[in-house]
Amino acid sequence: MQSTVNFSQFPDQDGHFGRYGGRFVAETLMEALHELNEAWQECRNDPDFLAEFEADLARYVGRPTPLYHAERWSRQLGGAQIYLKREDLNHTGAHKINNTVGQGLLAKRMGKTRLIAETGAGQHGVASATIAARLGMECMVYMGAEDIQRQAINVYRMRMLGATVQPVTSGSRTLKDALNEALRDWVANVDNTFYMIGTVAGPHPYPLMVREFQAVIGREAREQMLTEQGGLPDALVACVGGGSNAIGLFHPFLNDDKVAIYGVEAAGSGIDTGRHAATLCAGRPGVLHGNRTYLLNDENGQITETHSVSAGLDYPGVGPEHAWLKDLGRAQYVAVTDEEALRAFHDLTRIEGIIPALESSHALAYVTKLAPTLRPDQKIVVNLSGRGDKDIYTVAALDGIQL
Amino acid sequence: MNRISRRFEALRQAGRKALIPYITAGDPHPDQTVPLLHTLVAAGADLIELGVPFSDPMADGPVIQKACERALAQGMSLRQVLDLAHTFRQTDLETPLVLMGYLNPIESMGFEAFVAGAKDAGVDGVLTVDLPAEEASELANLLIDHDIDPIFLLAPTSSTERIRRTAKLARGYLYYVSLKGVTGSAALNVAEVAEKLTMIRACTDLPLGVGFGIKDPPTAAAIAQVADAVVVGSALVSRIAELAQNQQKMHAELAALTNSMRIAMDTTS
Ligand SMILES: Cc1ncc(COP(=O)(O)O)c(C=O)c1O
Repeated sequence: MQSTVNFSQFPDQDGHFGRYGGRFVAETLMEALHELNEAWQECRNDPDFLAEFEADLARYVGRPTPLYHAERWSRQLGGAQIYLKREDLNHTGAHKINNTVGQGLLAKRMGKTRLIAETGAGQHGVASATIAARLGMECMVYMGAEDIQRQAINVYRMRMLGATVQPVTSGSRTLKDALNEALRDWVANVDNTFYMIGTVAGPHPYPLMVREFQAVIGREAREQMLTEQGGLPDALVACVGGGSNAIGLFHPFLNDDKVAIYGVEAAGSGIDTGRHAATLCAGRPGVLHGNRTYLLNDENGQITETHSVSAGLDYPGVGPEHAWLKDLGRAQYVAVTDEEALRAFHDLTRIEGIIPALESSHALAYVTKLAPTLRPDQKIVVNLSGRGDKDIYTVAALDGIQL
Repeated sequence: MNRISRRFEALRQAGRKALIPYITAGDPHPDQTVPLLHTLVAAGADLIELGVPFSDPMADGPVIQKACERALAQGMSLRQVLDLAHTFRQTDLETPLVLMGYLNPIESMGFEAFVAGAKDAGVDGVLTVDLPAEEASELANLLIDHDIDPIFLLAPTSSTERIRRTAKLARGYLYYVSLKGVTGSAALNVAEVAEKLTMIRACTDLPLGVGFGIKDPPTAAAIAQVADAVVVGSALVSRIAELAQNQQKMHAELAALTNSMRIAMDTTS
């Protein structure tokens, strides 16, 4: 089935990936989305825009990021060779900045003077505040009141960068509610405001646009594998919250039939406990935040609360392209628990001297299961989407240590 | 002709404008919803919009968000909203009832099951806030097949092209959102509303309702001069929140506010 699909031709012009995606928003936002889509379509084919984007990625973000062969860890796991795509080395410490550099340039082109963003862990909020500072724009970051408590360092970083961090107290007071609140702000302030969504979710064109900005990860990794390692990898692994670091890595490989693809969700305390955020593994299709996709919702269609040790994966939806890839069977979606992710967090730190983000640790945890099933001449590329400095308080607390 | 068109036709002949109150089903308590609907009708409501609570009401301001939270905390579901509508219909055969909510609960129930249930309950229209015309044809056509009106929103930002496209799918009336913002936002500008309504009338013969930000009788009266229907939501829902502990007073104040709008609208038009 998969060889008949040309993945680069999706989504269609209204943002559909098969039955997923689309634009499910109130009429009050439709013109804003059309305006955004037109501006984006113009820019994505404009050599000047693309050159400016690439130059910023090189000189401001620090790209290309290395593809690092984790030799000691590969040997210990006793199977495939593991290559880490080092998104943790980007400015601000995660892949999120690839997207905010792109959307920031677009906002400037559109003449907007105010940026708004939602954030869960605070990584996208920091990346947005960073770009707002650089462009001299006003910045408002919506963040669930619960998350503000959990992520004090990033809240302070955003404030230092000049952003206003607006606590969101509605609903479950987490990322999904922050997204609702940002959409409400956008409706009221469309004239001067650009809404930077931090992942491949939301209404069209966000899932497409964010994918294109993040696809630099996969393009580089593909090129690095071909030139540095002499061939394509056998498997790709990335964690999936909304799915932007994963789609960024996966997309340039989708037409390479022989490359197996694994997206790793947060199983929290275990899927059977109900305390998890494994949307693709345990959810069903529905409509939230402007697109049709898999969701975690109850039998009445109310969105349910999620749990993960990593705030960046704590989201009850997922980008529509992942929903489609799952149904097509082009990617497999699996889940690992908090405990497994924490073990991988410590392993990579001790064995390779790299402290990974808790989000990325989910991908690493799956690698510890996958690698031993492959031969030593086979290769896995795993997206190390961010660094773990932001998480040391969480990890210390779980280890019973007060910093 | 269904109840909605009959009602608009009767109002037109009488030279009056429709008053459409909105409340959220299950707020403050499921037992109160049907009595509140009867109170609103007795106080002068011509149609009623009954909100279906949703966990993520992204187009609503804080007042209706909290109403959704209160209703969900009582275990309110779409299935139960249909049951409440059915109960209301047992004793009121005339007042058109429009369900207003978000797509996911409907999608979760399944379009066929929902439309059949709505028909059975005596629902006359369905407004799905996050279902713009581009994505709406499947549900809208199913509703139309069952003689239920799909109601759509239009906004200050809607282009002529979008107005035409939306009007083609819409039945019953069109709901013009009077300002750039969420429900319950600050003041609306009557002159701007009038101007936009003129543009919309050039594209459709459907009656035009106006809502978002209408809080008091003078505004209701001013809007009634230029629109066919006035929708009042947050102003009523915030009274419900304040008076939830005192049912008698809650009914009395809701009736008084509705009635004062009714009188203001009727005396100016
Ligand atoms: C380091 C890191 N990885 C992954 C994610 C999850 O987002 P996505 O699935 O969009 O890549 C986040 C979100 O905050 C993050 O900070």
